[in-house]
Amino acid sequence: MNDGCREIEAEINNMLTIKNADYEQLRRHGEETYPFECCGVLLGQFTGQDRVVQEVVGCGNTRADRPQDRYHIDPKELISVQRQATGKGLEIVGFYHSHPDHPARWSQTDLAEAHWLGCSYVITSVDSGVARDTNAFVLLGDTEENKRLENEEIHVASPVEDRTICR
Amino acid sequence: MSLRVSIPTPLRRYTEGAGLIEVSGESVAAALQSLTEQYPPIKQHLYNDEGRLRSFVNVYVNDDDIRYLQKTETVVRPGDVISIVPSIAGGSGR
Repeated sequence: MNDGCREIEAEINNMLTIKNADYEQLRRHGEETYPFECCGVLLGQFTGQDRVVQEVVGCGNTRADRPQDRYHIDPKELISVQRQATGKGLEIVGFYHSHPDHPARWSQTDLAEAHWLGCSYVITSVDSGVARDTNAFVLLGDTEENKRLENEEIHVASPVEDRTICR
Repeated sequence: MSLRVSIPTPLRRYTEGAGLIEVSGESVAAALQSLTEQYPPIKQHLYNDEGRLRSFVNVYVNDDDIRYLQKTETVVRPGDVISIVPSIAGGSGR
């Protein structure tokens, strides 16, 4: 777990496992698009209550009107990512985006616009162009009416574990 | 060649895990009705109380958004893939 996760003190019952290289890739994406929000898709597998990321796919942010504090992924791009995933035997297990100069906590906008129940939403704060904290939240509930984002532990696999995940 | 609907990850819990479902119908509306008849619990996730597609549910026929075609009356043919894509958006929202 990275230092940024320590500020999340609530009970954590879910876990997102991600290779170190993929974890660094999504954090770097937030630095590259700073001062605008980045966004992308996490491909992998569901294992019980947890998600295991096998691949990170960066996407474009279509919110040209206010990219500094909003993101949106073109559904057409997502369909393309979905096709790639299916071809590799992977599923969409979550998404990521950055919060430029803003904490790595979900906002009311993040919750209102989250619709992929059971998937992870990873947020990285980027302060003055440098990725700081990365936190994960899982969208729980059965319907739009009772959905909620809950804290999720991020397990960043070491290079040795990376090879195990890739197997 | 069959007409199929691509199911997003969160809705696969209602299709016994299947990501592609064969449906019948000559329009998007008919194809989605075929889907909801096969898997009734999926309906509430696609439609609001007024029976309209929920605003965050994007529907594509192959690579085209039905909002820019004839919406749910868009004609579909065997071999087409209808994709259901819940929107992905958010932001720090200061």
